[in-house]
Amino acid sequence: MSPEASYWLQQALNALQLGSIYALIALGYSMVYGILSMINFAHGDVFMVGAFLCFLAGTALGLPFAPTLILAMVGAALLGVSIERLAYKPLRNAPRVSAIITALGVGIFLENLTLAFYPYPQNVPSLLENITWHVGGVSISSLQLTIIGLSFALMLVLDHVVHRTPVGMAMRAISWDRTYVPLMGIPVNLVISITFAIGAGLAGAAGTMYALAYPVIDPYMGILVGWKAFIAAVVGGIGNIRGAMIGAFILGAVEIMVVALMPSTYRDLVVFSLLLALIVWRPYGILGQPRVQKV
Amino acid sequence: MTALKLRWQWLLDQPWLMPLLLASGLVLAFAIPRFGLFNNYVQMLLMYVGINILLATSLNLVNGYMGEFSLAHAGFMAVGAYISVLITMHVLPPGAHAVLFPLAVLAGGAVAGLMGLLVAVPSFKVRGDYLAIITLAFLMIVKSALENIDAIGGPRGIPGIPRLTSLPWVFAWTVALVWLIRNFVYSRYGRGVQAIREDEIASDLMSVDTRRVKVLAFMLSSFCAGVAGALFAHLLQFISPRVFDIVKTTEILIMVYLGGIASIGGSIIGATLYVVLLEMLRPSTVAALLAWLPAGMFDVLEKYFINHLGMLRMIIMPLLLVLVMIYWPRGIMGKREFRGFIPRRDKAAHRPGPMGGGATEHDAAHRP
Repeated sequence: MSPEASYWLQQALNALQLGSIYALIALGYSMVYGILSMINFAHGDVFMVGAFLCFLAGTALGLPFAPTLILAMVGAALLGVSIERLAYKPLRNAPRVSAIITALGVGIFLENLTLAFYPYPQNVPSLLENITWHVGGVSISSLQLTIIGLSFALMLVLDHVVHRTPVGMAMRAISWDRTYVPLMGIPVNLVISITFAIGAGLAGAAGTMYALAYPVIDPYMGILVGWKAFIAAVVGGIGNIRGAMIGAFILGAVEIMVVALMPSTYRDLVVFSLLLALIVWRPYGILGQPRVQKV
Repeated sequence: MTALKLRWQWLLDQPWLMPLLLASGLVLAFAIPRFGLFNNYVQMLLMYVGINILLATSLNLVNGYMGEFSLAHAGFMAVGAYISVLITMHVLPPGAHAVLFPLAVLAGGAVAGLMGLLVAVPSFKVRGDYLAIITLAFLMIVKSALENIDAIGGPRGIPGIPRLTSLPWVFAWTVALVWLIRNFVYSRYGRGVQAIREDEIASDLMSVDTRRVKVLAFMLSSFCAGVAGALFAHLLQFISPRVFDIVKTTEILIMVYLGGIASIGGSIIGATLYVVLLEMLRPSTVAALLAWLPAGMFDVLEKYFINHLGMLRMIIMPLLLVLVMIYWPRGIMGKREFRGFIPRRDKAAHRPGPMGGGATEHDAAHRP
C-alpha cells in the first residue's frame, strides 16, 4: 500500500473509533428526545460519570475490563433513572423550557459534585492488554477493535430492542402520542424509565471506552463531548436512532479530517460552523421528518 | 391596614416616584465611591449586581417575553468585551480613556447587536429546541474563534485591561438600557414579541410583522449583552474565551428563571439575589454569620462545612436551580411586574394588587 493510502486508512480507522463513541452517547440524546421531546442536557455528564466509574473500578476495586464495563453501564443507568425520577418527572407537564433548564442544572450539579471528589484530572489505568498489529502500514490496536466491535454490538442490540420487542414498540408508541398510550395499558412511567436506563447505560459504556482510549479524564470532559454527540443526534435527525448513529460517524469523520488537514485547534470551530450551516439548510437532520405545524 | 395599603397604592402610582428613586440612585452611585461609603468589596459587588441586572433583563426579553430559548448570551457578552477592550487598549489615547470609555462600550454593544442579527435570521425558520442548538453553536463558534486568533491572546486572553468601569457608569448604562427594554416591551413591538410567545402563526395572521419584531428583539437583547460584556471586561481587567463559556450563560439563565420570566422586576430581583446569595455562601461570610454559636459547635461546623463552602456552593447553586424549576416554576415574579414599571396607560389593563399583575387567560389555563 502506498504511504498516502495507508495514512488515510489509518485516519478512517480513527474516525470509526471516535464515531462509535459519539454514536453511543448520541443514541441516549435521541431516545430521550424521541420519547419526551426533551433535550437531556445532563446526558454528557452521565457519560462523564461513566468514565469516572470506569476509573474507580479500575483503580480502587482493581477490576478487569469486562466487570468494569458492566459496573459503569449499570451505575450510569441507575444515575439516569434517578435523574429522570427526581428531576424530570415532576416537570413532565410543565413548559418544555423548565425541563431544559433543569437538565442544565443537573449537569452542572454532576460536574461540580465530581469536581469536589476529583479536583485534578485523573489517569485511567489501561485495563486491556493492548496488542498492536501492523497491516500494510496501518497500525490496528486491540483496544481500537474492542471499542468499534463492542459499540456496533451494542447498537445492533439497541436497534433490535427498539424495532423488534414489545418494550421498543411501547417506546415508539409513546413517542407517537403520549396522551392516549396509557389507555392502551402501556405503563408510560416504566417505559420512560427504561428508556432513560438504556440511554444512560450506553453513555456509561461510552464513558468507559473513552476513558480507555483517551486516558486522562476530568469532571468537565462531558460538556464538550456531550454537546458534540448531541450535534450528531441533530445532524442525523433527532428522535431517530438510526439517524443518530449515522450522524455520529459523520461527525467522527469530519473531526478526524479537520485535525488531519488543519491545526487541531480549528476542530471545534469547523464542527460547530458545519452544524450551523446544516441546521439552517436542513433543520430536521438527515433522517428526520419535518414536522408540519397545524393551526 | 386597608388605609395603609391604599396609601401604598397611591404612592406607587405617583409619576414622580420612579424619577425620584432613579435620581437618588444616581446621587448614591456618585457618592459611594467619592466618599467611600462602602468598602471596595461592596462597591465591586454593587457593580456586579448592575451588570448582571442588565444581562438578566436583556436575556429575559428573548427567553421570557418572546418565549425563545437562547443560550448565546455569553457569546454576545464576549463580543462586546473583546471589541471594547481592543478599542480602549489600541485605539483610544490613554489620556482620554475616562471621557471616551462610553464610545468603546457603545461600539462593543453595536457589534454584539449586529451579531444578534446572525442569530435572529435562523430563528425565522426554526423555533424551540432547534433555535437553542443554533444559539449554542453560535456560542461555541465565538469561543473557539477567539481561542484561535493569536493577535488577541488566543486561549490565554487579554490581561492588564485598564479599570474604567465605575459605579456611576454601571448605574447609568444599566438604568438607561433597562428603561429602553421596558419601553420596548410596552410598545407595539413588545406586544408583537409577546404575541409570538403565545402563538407565532396566530400573531402572523393578526398582522404582526414577526420577522421585524424578532430581529429587533434579538438585536436589542444582544446589544445589551455586548454593553454588559464591555463593562464586565473593564471591571475584571482580564478576559479570556473561557470566561464566556456555557457556564456563564447558565448563570444568566438562573437569574432569569429565578426572578421569573417576562418580568423586568423579576430579572432585577433574580440578578441581585443570585449575586448576593453566591457571596453569602463564601466561607468568611458564613463564618461571620455563625459566630454567635458556642465555640465547640462552631469548630465542628467550620471543619466540616464552612471550610468546604468554596466547593459546596458550586454544588448548591445548580441544585437550587433544579429545586426552583420543580417547586416554583414561575419564579419570584413570573409574568408579573412592579406597578412602578408599568406605563400609565397600561395600568388599567393589569389586575390591581400590591404588585400589579399581568396575568392573562393563557396564564390561568396553564396554572398548575
